[in-house]
Amino acid sequence: EIFELKAELNSDKKEKKKEAVKKVIASMTVGKDVSALFPDVVNCMQTDNLELKKLVYLYLMNYAKSQPDMAIMAVNTFVKDCEDPNPLIRALAVRTMGCIRVDKITEYLCEPLRKCLKDEDPYVRKTAAVCVAKLHDINAQLVEDQGFLDTLRDLISDSNPMVVANAVAALSEIAESHPSSNLLDLNPQSINKLLTALNECTEWGQIFILDCLASYTPKDDREAQSICERVTPRLSHANSAVVLSAVKVLMKFMEMLSKDLDYYGTLLKKLAPPLVTLLSAEPELQYVALRNINLIVQKRPEILKHEMKVFFVKYNDPIYVKLEKLDIMIRLASQANIAQVLAELKEYATEVDVDFVRKAVRAIGRCAIKVEQSAERCVSTLLDLIQTKVNYVVQEAIVVIKDIFRKYPNKYESVIATLCENLDSLDEPEARAAMIWIVGEYAERIDNADELLESFLEGFHDESTQVQLQLLTAIVKLFLKKPTETQELVQQVLSLATQDSDNPDLRDRGYIYWRLLSTDPVAAKEVVLAEKPLISEETDLIEPTLLDELICYIGTLASVYHKPPSAFVEGGRGVVHKSLPPRTASSESTESPETAPAGAPPGEQLDVVPTQGDLLGDLLNLDLGPPVSGPPLATSTVQMGAVDLLGGGLDSLMGDEPEGIGAPNFVAPPAAAVPASLGAPMGSGLNDLFDLTSGVGTLSGSYVAPKAVWLPAMKAKGLEISGTFTRQAGSISMDLQLTNKALQVMTDFAIQFNRNSFGLAPAAPLQVHAPLSPTQTVEISLPLSTAGSVMKTEPLNNLQVAVKNNIDVFYFSTLYPLHILFVEDGKMDRQMFLATWKDIPNENEAQFQIRDCPLNAEAVSSRLQSSNVFTVARRNVEGQDMLYQSLKLTNGIWVLAELRIQPGNPSFTLSLKCRAPEVSQHVYQAYETILKN
Amino acid sequence: MIGGLFIYNHKGEVLISRVYRDDIGSQAADSAVFSSSGPLQEEVVSKPEAFSGNRRNAVDAFRVNVIHARQQVRSPVTNIARTSFFHVKRSNIWLAAVTKQNVNAAMVFEFLYKMCDVMAAYFGKISEENIKNNFVLIYELLDEILDFGYPQNSETGALKTFITQQGIKSQHQTKEEQSQITSQVTGQIGWRREGIKYRRNELFLDVLESVNLLMSPQGQVLSAHVSGRVVMKSYLSGMPECKFGMNDKIVIEKQGKGTADETSKSGKQSIAIDDCTFHQCVRLSKFDSERSISFIPPDGEFELMRYRTTKDIILPFRVIPLVREVGRTKLEVKVVIKSNFKPSLLAQKIEVRIPTPLNTSGVQVICMKGKAKYKASENAIVWKIKRMAGMKESQISAEIELLPTNDKKKWARPPISMNFEVPFAPSGLKVRYLKVFEPKLNYSDHDVIKWVRYIGRSGIYETRC
Repeated sequence: EIFELKAELNSDKKEKKKEAVKKVIASMTVGKDVSALFPDVVNCMQTDNLELKKLVYLYLMNYAKSQPDMAIMAVNTFVKDCEDPNPLIRALAVRTMGCIRVDKITEYLCEPLRKCLKDEDPYVRKTAAVCVAKLHDINAQLVEDQGFLDTLRDLISDSNPMVVANAVAALSEIAESHPSSNLLDLNPQSINKLLTALNECTEWGQIFILDCLASYTPKDDREAQSICERVTPRLSHANSAVVLSAVKVLMKFMEMLSKDLDYYGTLLKKLAPPLVTLLSAEPELQYVALRNINLIVQKRPEILKHEMKVFFVKYNDPIYVKLEKLDIMIRLASQANIAQVLAELKEYATEVDVDFVRKAVRAIGRCAIKVEQSAERCVSTLLDLIQTKVNYVVQEAIVVIKDIFRKYPNKYESVIATLCENLDSLDEPEARAAMIWIVGEYAERIDNADELLESFLEGFHDESTQVQLQLLTAIVKLFLKKPTETQELVQQVLSLATQDSDNPDLRDRGYIYWRLLSTDPVAAKEVVLAEKPLISEETDLIEPTLLDELICYIGTLASVYHKPPSAFVEGGRGVVHKSLPPRTASSESTESPETAPAGAPPGEQLDVVPTQGDLLGDLLNLDLGPPVSGPPLATSTVQMGAVDLLGGGLDSLMGDEPEGIGAPNFVAPPAAAVPASLGAPMGSGLNDLFDLTSGVGTLSGSYVAPKAVWLPAMKAKGLEISGTFTRQAGSISMDLQLTNKALQVMTDFAIQFNRNSFGLAPAAPLQVHAPLSPTQTVEISLPLSTAGSVMKTEPLNNLQVAVKNNIDVFYFSTLYPLHILFVEDGKMDRQMFLATWKDIPNENEAQFQIRDCPLNAEAVSSRLQSSNVFTVARRNVEGQDMLYQSLKLTNGIWVLAELRIQPGNPSFTLSLKCRAPEVSQHVYQAYETILKN
Repeated sequence: MIGGLFIYNHKGEVLISRVYRDDIGSQAADSAVFSSSGPLQEEVVSKPEAFSGNRRNAVDAFRVNVIHARQQVRSPVTNIARTSFFHVKRSNIWLAAVTKQNVNAAMVFEFLYKMCDVMAAYFGKISEENIKNNFVLIYELLDEILDFGYPQNSETGALKTFITQQGIKSQHQTKEEQSQITSQVTGQIGWRREGIKYRRNELFLDVLESVNLLMSPQGQVLSAHVSGRVVMKSYLSGMPECKFGMNDKIVIEKQGKGTADETSKSGKQSIAIDDCTFHQCVRLSKFDSERSISFIPPDGEFELMRYRTTKDIILPFRVIPLVREVGRTKLEVKVVIKSNFKPSLLAQKIEVRIPTPLNTSGVQVICMKGKAKYKASENAIVWKIKRMAGMKESQISAEIELLPTNDKKKWARPPISMNFEVPFAPSGLKVRYLKVFEPKLNYSDHDVIKWVRYIGRSGIYETRC
């Protein structure tokens, strides 16, 4: 077949030739390999038939990369075509040339491109503008060297609006890969040009320009307002993308306007209708619009507060539209419209799609929490739904009723009986956990609470962690409320949790309860049955800083995913964090300094980021998945709180003799359990709680890892040591943190190192000035030298340490990061580097992959440099950045490195050459730590 | 920006594949298309290494995760292995745009719709056969309207001047013609070419509205809105400047400021437009400042504007349902429809769709007017009436026999929906004028023959029962 095509391609008849090329393209689309025909097809290129030419170009774009040498054959024709009198052909040539991603060709592309950028015909210029972006993608350096960026910038002042739009698009894209360079150089003059072009160019051009405008920060509120005034007409454009991009600009600049301004109110009013109109677009666009409206409603609820009805779900809406509408309905629910909303939600709860029904049921619960006046109606609606006995509806309802209880305690307990009837039908962990929580929380009002909980206990090990944890807590609560009848039950669950489970969370919680109950049941009661904080009314809000960032990305994928671009875009592109501009007044307008994001009164914010105190009470119920989805910060505060709470009591337990335990009215755990609980398992379990101390690395000098616990208090009779290594200004030190977790004072500290691979030794004695009293912590920096005696250790960077105090001598070992040994004069000169590289035998070369490192070559180089890894040379080979680096260890060993970085690919390849190849592995680890922290 | 564009048939075979950016993979698509025997996997495997890189992953990932997914599509945007896929479906053809960057999502979908419009304008229905027959044309179009993933001018009027199915013969074009093409494609008025001439200057205006309603069983309006379009078909010479006027409340109140008497008179007939959007030929800044709609129209048919109203809507029909469950195996349904417009007007193509439970075993229907039938495959009773005058009433009653089931789940009772067509605009919109000025040619506004037509159709017109 290929043979026949070959013959046809070489035929004299034009028609036949064209048909043959068509066939080739058809085969190509199908996926057949027709690259063998390359020379024959390229021969057809010299034709004045535009259609044939286009086909040949299409073929070229596909195969040039796999046949770079032959692709050169086409260059001549391209260059010739760029001079063609027909502007369509000139543009076609320059457009296609940019798509041929062969390095050799790009060199030939420069001249024609330069001409085309200044072509008399706007069609050619607009095509050339995009071509600069293409070329930049292949070879960024070349574009900068050739000065194309300046030419491109000049095109922003072009007389033709489409040329302007494409130049803006190209510049914006290039700017994304150079976040720091002020490529676009937006200033009031250039903004004015863009705004003028905005009125005249195609719908797509308007999008490019609006997206570019959104990245500009006006200097004051007057400028912001004048831009807004010129952008608002775009809200009536038929193209939804133009509308959304205009909304983005307005939402962003509005941030700078004072709320007292009349214009601010006008703008708010103007935004609502176009947003609603987006909902009559095709379903896919509706989806994009709804995801964005979801953000806008969170940022500025006032815009759409009267538009509830348009978000009512239609029976035939695609499921993705339904789910989004539901989400927005809940956000807009208020006292004014709650009756309507509830009626709708009840309707939805009878639909077919399981996900949608579940969400609708959950929404009813959220309404109850949000609008207090409606709570009663919501609860009765939920009870009605439970009566339907549809399994997933019942389970979902129970989960939300649990939340309602947490918001309005002691108000709706009458429904508990109904809930208990459905106990058997619950098969989802979340629902089971919720039900158990309810039983535990209201144990005193449920006569057979013990029986109910006991029934769950039978299959304890088959339950999910969530349920196990909840069951444990619930039974402890029950015990504290009705101690007489439930001793057996509580012992059963404690031993199940502590002895038979591998789950550290469960085990730890079991131990905490056990300790608590055995030390001081009164305190236990205060802790476990403490009054809980009410849950917040607004749930699953997007965290404010993320929300602000997403507002800057309205209309884009980020706003659809509700994730910042860095979460789904590879490489350096678009990873720059955007943020809303601060409000700046141009004149003397007196304005209250408002730091909280507009639209969110401070009170609401508190709810999103729970305070430490709140969480403390909540700590023991945390795994229920409270609807408060706090930022990561929350979890760390919880732990801190826990330490404060339990610290004293537990410390005494650890240091003390076993006889000390056992409160009078508590039946001690089985004998076997007592020593076990004091021994290793408990210790390791509790360690997690104490692993909190973390030092913050110094900013100058090489990278410093956070402090890790080297010697747990368990193993050292109450002395806990954590530490890390630093290197600063040529000296190494060991930063230690000593904590006394015993009950007695510690004095007489001393430290010694075992012989090690690099001769590390303390350069001064360990100086703890004052005696260390119980619960006290002291920070010490111990200078180290490398003059100690040397013995090769396994692993190479292992360090054995002995610490003595008045109580005993303790031993531990730790691994030090190799980069603390990289000396300051580790830079080799280039010649030397080359020679050494060649000199070291190839078998000494080791190759490693550094994965998921988002840095670019510059950042990598500078970061390594601060840890004394020096970049000797840098080259760009086939689009990859090659860094040649050297470093020297304290004992004079040189290590040479070649780091290969491909733009856009987060995996680097590291090749190391060293005369002592055994260090390579550790050097690689040092690279990893430096680059990833 | 868009990294690539693929068109698949319903089996997931690639019909068109155009890759714009390397990040999603470099070369054309895979798998057998033109052989009807399904994907030729062997052939794919035997391809050289360079030809089966990650680009195939992108193509395949979409096929496997979306087209062949067992579940119904949960989102039009899918992220698979850090690659985002946008898709729209036309009949059984899938169009997918692929990207690895944070693109403007709204723009991608708008572009995909536009792409469908352009293809439809060139070769009619978007079907597998048409796409296969026109693949060269489609590639040519894709080359023109999407450059490095950036949408370019995609107005069919302009495209048709230089992308033709016959193949353009560049040597026959004069220099003027060429530059005229390029200036049109890039120009301010990209949608109209110079030098159009008609012997008879004529224009047609269609006001097409679809009225949407969601009503509770008790007859309470839960939500109602009209989404309308003004479609214009113009055959005008030269570069005519047009001005369109309607009974927009804001405009009328502005004009009527002088004479209070007039305000009250005309105020009655004016309508409140919630929001409107315009074809790109309309000068938006002028609308924003003066609320006047002025433009130079494209030649032929185009959609001048879209609008939405929610106030004072004339609901042409009222549906009154009555569903009674008689025991566990029988349902009695009675539905009354009332027409609510001038008796002199006639509604057409009336269709009422009454959903029936899945376990329906038999249905008896009696209706006073039109024909009614139980359609088991659609789980509905469909009642059709050809014509109905205003202020009339008609009713249907049905007895539905049910099979006893042990399915605990209740029947969801989907709403009763309705279709119809009426010869007026339910929003109350009236065209007041459409003035045409062409300063260079010698015809005036009076010489233009103008036609105006109003059609109101049902959108989603539902009554819960």
